[in-house]
Amino acid sequence: MYDFNYHRPASAADAAAARKAAADGVYLAGGMTLLPTLKQRLARSSDVVDLAATGLTGISRDGGAITIGAMSTHDSVATSSEVQSAIPALGILAGGIGDPQVRNRGTIGGSIANADPAADYPAAVLGLNATVHTDRRAIGADDFFTGMFETALGDGELITKVTFPVPAAAAYAKFANPASRYAIVGVMVAKTDGGIRVAVTGAAGNAFRATAMEQVLAGDFSAAVLDGISVDADYNSDIHASAEYRRHLVGVMAKRAVREIA
Amino acid sequence: MNANATTNSGIGGSVRRREDSRFLQGRGKYTDDINIAGQTYAVFVRSPHAHARINGIDTAAAAAAEGVAAVFTAEHTKDIGGVPTGWQVHSKDGEPMAEPKHPVLAEGAARHVGDPVAMVIAATRRQARDAAELVTVDYDPQPAAVDMKAALADGAAKVHGDLPGNLCYDWELGDKAAVDEAFAGAAHVTKLDLVNNRLIPNAVEPRCAIGDYDSVSGEHTLYTTSQNPHVIRLLMGAFVLSIPEHKLRVVAPDVGGGFGSKIFHYAEEALVTWAAAQIKKPVKWTAERSESFMSDAHGRDHVTHAELALDANGKFLALRCSTLANMGAYLSTFAPCIPTYLHGTLLAGQYATPAIYCEVKAVFTNTVPVDAYRGAGRPEATFILERIVDQAAAETGVDPAELRRRNMIQPEQFPYQTPVALQYDTGNYEATLDQALKAADYAGFEARRKQSAAAGKLRGVGLSCYIEACGIAPSNVVGSLGARAGLYEAATVRVNPTGSVVVFTGSHAHGQGHETTFAQVVSDMLGIDYDAVEIVHGDTAKVPFGMGTYGSRSIAVGGAAIAKAVDKIIAKGKKIAAHLLEAGEGDIVFENGAFKVAGTDREKSFGDIALTAYVPHQYPLESLEPGLEETAFYDPANFTYPAGTYVCEVEVDPDTGQVTVASFHASDDFGNLINPMIVEGQVHGGLAQGIGQALLENCVYDAEGQLLSGSYMDYCMPRADDLPSFQVDTTVTACTHNPLGVKGCGEAGAIGAPPALINAVVNALNGGGHSIAHLDMPATPQKVWAAMQSN
Repeated sequence: MYDFNYHRPASAADAAAARKAAADGVYLAGGMTLLPTLKQRLARSSDVVDLAATGLTGISRDGGAITIGAMSTHDSVATSSEVQSAIPALGILAGGIGDPQVRNRGTIGGSIANADPAADYPAAVLGLNATVHTDRRAIGADDFFTGMFETALGDGELITKVTFPVPAAAAYAKFANPASRYAIVGVMVAKTDGGIRVAVTGAAGNAFRATAMEQVLAGDFSAAVLDGISVDADYNSDIHASAEYRRHLVGVMAKRAVREIA
Repeated sequence: MNANATTNSGIGGSVRRREDSRFLQGRGKYTDDINIAGQTYAVFVRSPHAHARINGIDTAAAAAAEGVAAVFTAEHTKDIGGVPTGWQVHSKDGEPMAEPKHPVLAEGAARHVGDPVAMVIAATRRQARDAAELVTVDYDPQPAAVDMKAALADGAAKVHGDLPGNLCYDWELGDKAAVDEAFAGAAHVTKLDLVNNRLIPNAVEPRCAIGDYDSVSGEHTLYTTSQNPHVIRLLMGAFVLSIPEHKLRVVAPDVGGGFGSKIFHYAEEALVTWAAAQIKKPVKWTAERSESFMSDAHGRDHVTHAELALDANGKFLALRCSTLANMGAYLSTFAPCIPTYLHGTLLAGQYATPAIYCEVKAVFTNTVPVDAYRGAGRPEATFILERIVDQAAAETGVDPAELRRRNMIQPEQFPYQTPVALQYDTGNYEATLDQALKAADYAGFEARRKQSAAAGKLRGVGLSCYIEACGIAPSNVVGSLGARAGLYEAATVRVNPTGSVVVFTGSHAHGQGHETTFAQVVSDMLGIDYDAVEIVHGDTAKVPFGMGTYGSRSIAVGGAAIAKAVDKIIAKGKKIAAHLLEAGEGDIVFENGAFKVAGTDREKSFGDIALTAYVPHQYPLESLEPGLEETAFYDPANFTYPAGTYVCEVEVDPDTGQVTVASFHASDDFGNLINPMIVEGQVHGGLAQGIGQALLENCVYDAEGQLLSGSYMDYCMPRADDLPSFQVDTTVTACTHNPLGVKGCGEAGAIGAPPALINAVVNALNGGGHSIAHLDMPATPQKVWAAMQSN
């Protein structure tokens, strides 16, 4: 780890100010990706702005939506009674991230800001049509993930909370990388006010919607209707899973999620 | 295991491990916990290239950086010896193996990713790390030899420019003509191509070494993460640094797992020892986990073609195997003997196959050196044999258990001379097979297969009947096979004046529970309290000598040495007792901790004898020295031969290829057991590693020699939720040639498990309508799914 200036602001506004004042600053949320990267000297920042004291936590239900503070840990989401009763699939997804240590440190804001192609939360944000709130604006799920480790967030823009509309039903099916336990393929299927949404993570550079599946499921919400639907994407390929295997798993996981709902 | 804890603290008692109180509370003292006043820190600059010429190294900026004490490159170290190899193998034509120099720092060329190129020493670890980034190496990347077959082809890139090619040796064992003749007359021949996947050891404690030099006494001390500190002292002192033993002390304190990877002498430990004397300050190096991946010796990595000839009744007539074995870029300490004398010699397995021929080509590649890893050669042999036997059963339509049974060596055939050099002393393989089949309800498998099928899963069952040669080894035998060391073990038993005992053993403990097991042996033999026995190991200044811990040799060789030293204590005690009791020495018996005049009630306690030995007022001083301390060196008469049957059931998800281990039953014959709970723990650990190899772990290099599986994000270690609840039991045929009748248990699980897993997966797929002869390890979901798509 190289030297850096450490800040621990007490509010989101102070955090943004500290970040803005820094020559080359970075926000620290749970640090599950950032800290190993810094420790291995793969990244170097002049200033690290720790969000731990900003108060961006808390999970609440407001009518038809669940709002989760950006600094809420995966464990707090997984064990939230509000989440479990309103969107159990979201709790299950959060409870399947990493291991207990990761779930006690990692945060929803950190995860989606990092936009790891194999992270679980992007499937939830996209599949449940969440809104990502920042210190500047609200960003719709469909506009948020723009590429591998790339999002719509501007320089220094800070996620404050994420709002998930409560779906009629949702399910998340994940096929984990045996080594990292990240998603090789994760599929969130949801019946939302705006229709059926199928979101895929792990398979390509960033989470995406399987619109071909959404269309057929809108007509007949059953696993069988997904037979023969092959989702086109720019699939990742690595030592754990070829593009072909990932394409196959998208179908298998989507069917599992549909079956769980149906 | 608590339910198994017993009050018996002698031989056969499941005593809780005394060492665990410090390990589980984080109070162990590991090498990295040692800090010496004035200590400096070393960081190594390592090659990012698999193969590159080094045109120059600019260290000026690093040397001028804050806190830097020294920067060393091959320019400074070229006159010290290379890292030696402890075993010489000869090729078929009688020529010795190619043995290129393994410089402690790369000389002119880097030959694998992670090859150390420069050593930077500074007052703090971070200063050393900062300065290491300032070292500029002018690399000229060269084509790399990575794939073994390609590395042997004409025109392949050469790992060592001064060698004719990448062949280290071309070795053979067995009667080729007899094998060819048997094949010519065979009713059936089964052929199989197999890969034994390359593994990265991943001990929980990364390697660490501290060099210290006393300029007044001229004594060097090395604290290091070693399984065998005396071997390091011998190799490093004699071959690398030219330091005589009396000026070199090697200490291996608590060590957090080795699995073979900490047997070997590594360049880093020689360099810190050397550098400490150069800069007159202690030098410490602690590997980062990333360094462990690219600098700890890897394991396995064989490519084999095997053929088994059977007669019309399913009797094995002959076996032949041709193997390519990866040596990596340099020869690690015991690398040459692993694919030869620890592999080819095991190819008889539990079977009375009359003719066996094995040839092994060892190959240099631009990868990390490969050496012994838990099982070392024997897992590779077992995988070949137990896979091809299963495939032969499938081809001939005979039940796999029945085919094995037909060919097993029978109890009356012991001692049994195999066609591949070993003589098994004892065993009862069919009894162990029967016990395992019964415990695993092999007969009831079809019902379980149907249940799984109803749940949409393909269920399979797989057997593995393994044998291993442990208790390495008779020195004269291994010497004739090329070992450059003896393989005895040493122990000193010191009885203190008040009757407590300290045992100094050459068997190093790094998780095995020796401090408990050895104390049980001594307590049992002397009839004294278990808590009155202390076990000391891991310091060349304390322990007389030691060849160390590997090859499941600690109880069979190290324990036997302790038993022999205890025998000497008892023999001397009888002399003292005879004097005190005014009886003839021949009339003294030692029972239940007391020296007695046979047939009378006259006796002296062990404590009385100990005190008399040190306060020799009434003592035969004219014929007997005072004191009660004895040393024994035990050189075994033979290897020991643990054997067993493993039965594994798996479920395969046909949609994803995911394999789940549904059940695993292990029946092992380890001879007599000292501590059954510790033995069971060793089996559990071995099975976890065997299942890890079969399903999860894989070291992957790309075509350019870059290590793709260089972290836990990509290298999959087995975790608790990958494993079933193991069912473990034992049978006993006592070893015939060591004093405790023990065989050793450390590697069995890692040896026996992989073929049981793959046999079960293949059985599941074929039972599910596929037609698959073999799957290479690890049977990852992707691999299993792909196999189902194509067959």
